[in-house]
Amino acid sequence: MAASRNAQISLRGVTKVFPGHDGHPDVHALGPIDLDIARGAFVSVVGPSGCGKSTLLDVLAGLSVATSGGLAFEGEAVAGRVPDGIGVVFQQDASFFWLSVRDNVAFGLRRRRMGAAEIDRRVDAALAFMGLADFAKAFPAQLSGGMRQRVCIARTLVLEPKVLLLDEPFGALDQQTRLLMGDELLRIWRETGATVVLITHALDEAAMLSDQVAVMSARPGRFIDIVTTDWPRERDSTIVSDPRFGAITARLWDKLRGESLRAMGVAAPQPDRQ
Amino acid sequence: MTARRLDHVLLAAGLLALWQVVHWAVGPDVVSSPWATIVRAWQLIGTAAFWGHAAATATAFGLASLIAIAAGVALGLWLGLRRFAGDVADPVLGTLYSVPKITLYPLILLAFGLGVSAKIAFGVIHGLFPIAIFTMNAIRNVAPVFRRTALVMRLGPLATAATIMAPAALPEILAGIRIGVALTLLGTLIGELFAATSGLGFALIRAMDVHAVADILAITMLIFMFAASVNAILGLIERRARHGG
Repeated sequence: MAASRNAQISLRGVTKVFPGHDGHPDVHALGPIDLDIARGAFVSVVGPSGCGKSTLLDVLAGLSVATSGGLAFEGEAVAGRVPDGIGVVFQQDASFFWLSVRDNVAFGLRRRRMGAAEIDRRVDAALAFMGLADFAKAFPAQLSGGMRQRVCIARTLVLEPKVLLLDEPFGALDQQTRLLMGDELLRIWRETGATVVLITHALDEAAMLSDQVAVMSARPGRFIDIVTTDWPRERDSTIVSDPRFGAITARLWDKLRGESLRAMGVAAPQPDRQ
Repeated sequence: MTARRLDHVLLAAGLLALWQVVHWAVGPDVVSSPWATIVRAWQLIGTAAFWGHAAATATAFGLASLIAIAAGVALGLWLGLRRFAGDVADPVLGTLYSVPKITLYPLILLAFGLGVSAKIAFGVIHGLFPIAIFTMNAIRNVAPVFRRTALVMRLGPLATAATIMAPAALPEILAGIRIGVALTLLGTLIGELFAATSGLGFALIRAMDVHAVADILAITMLIFMFAASVNAILGLIERRARHGG
């Protein structure tokens, strides 16, 4: 199947197999997967634990090479290196503890040998945008987990990525902070125009934030459903009270329940209703 | 911070009080009083002989520390970056670290003689292994997410090593240096106690020979103050590397 003309990211028949060691068999982690992500879309990927979501993100980011199949970013094949224009926010705290918040955010720009005035302008804007202006001189050890994740997001945003990949970035945060960070993510998505791909295990988060939610099977992860939400572009966490939010979440769970049981090694108690 | 300082003062006062009680209990022939010791220490630091010994110890300790740090960090970096070599060396280093070095002292004396080089060598073998072990583990334990961040920022191997791996590993390396330097001082002093012609360890053993109790305690107190100061300075550097600023 030829890549869709509008797709910014296109995966065709992508699989990932980790070779076994010391007599253990190979692990088929992912695929085959076909996926087109349109420029400017907000796409979430949900699936049971261990289904290969993070492996998919690694392949999308160019951090890991697919065993078979192809990945194209803006029409160019991606192989063995992270393409320019892709930003990644990881689940783990990746803030540099030896640098102040300001130096953390400026890190990538300085490595690119950008002029000092332009660096200051972009860093000031990113700090203000992420609500970190008052913490510019603080060090990560002085900040909460949520604030440190904001630093990582700001450090990624100053590089003005065309695609923002997020691997369960709010996984370590409490529910209230997650909802508010979700609102921030929607704001970032609207104001930067970047394409956002969010890997998450939280169905409500996926249903609330995304234009499309891709539902993955238990390992080896394949897409078993792509749910289109039809939310307006101007949206925030208050849509959790919209009846359609409940319907979307229910549909996601309906698809995922059997897969989650399978991932836990338990047989699904009832046949798929569809 | 003030509460912590108060704790330090209370701890020092408590130790002094305990020292005084022990002095009363066992008498001045075994333990001189804190005040008599401080007075004796003050007299000692006014003599040229003391500073001659202190300079001998400082030279041996300083050189031993430099060699232990340079060789320990280099060895640890090499083993940390080469996983297979590290896996092989890990138990060997652990064994060398735990071997009572005093058993090697006759060999050191045979190899280096009675001079300053034997003291330096004995200091180095005390400090080298903990520094190498800490450095190796520091490199191995850098959070994988930092490496992945470097890849996403499209940094080359040199830039990754210099701007991410090195500062990320630095606090653990400094913790190893702090422990290694303390053990290097121990090794240097042991070397002076057993076979030397100068140094504070030598002065201590000579004071023991003539049963100069106040001298023994005064020299011990001065060595203790020096070791505590070195440890405090290195601890401060380590904390700054760990928490930034």
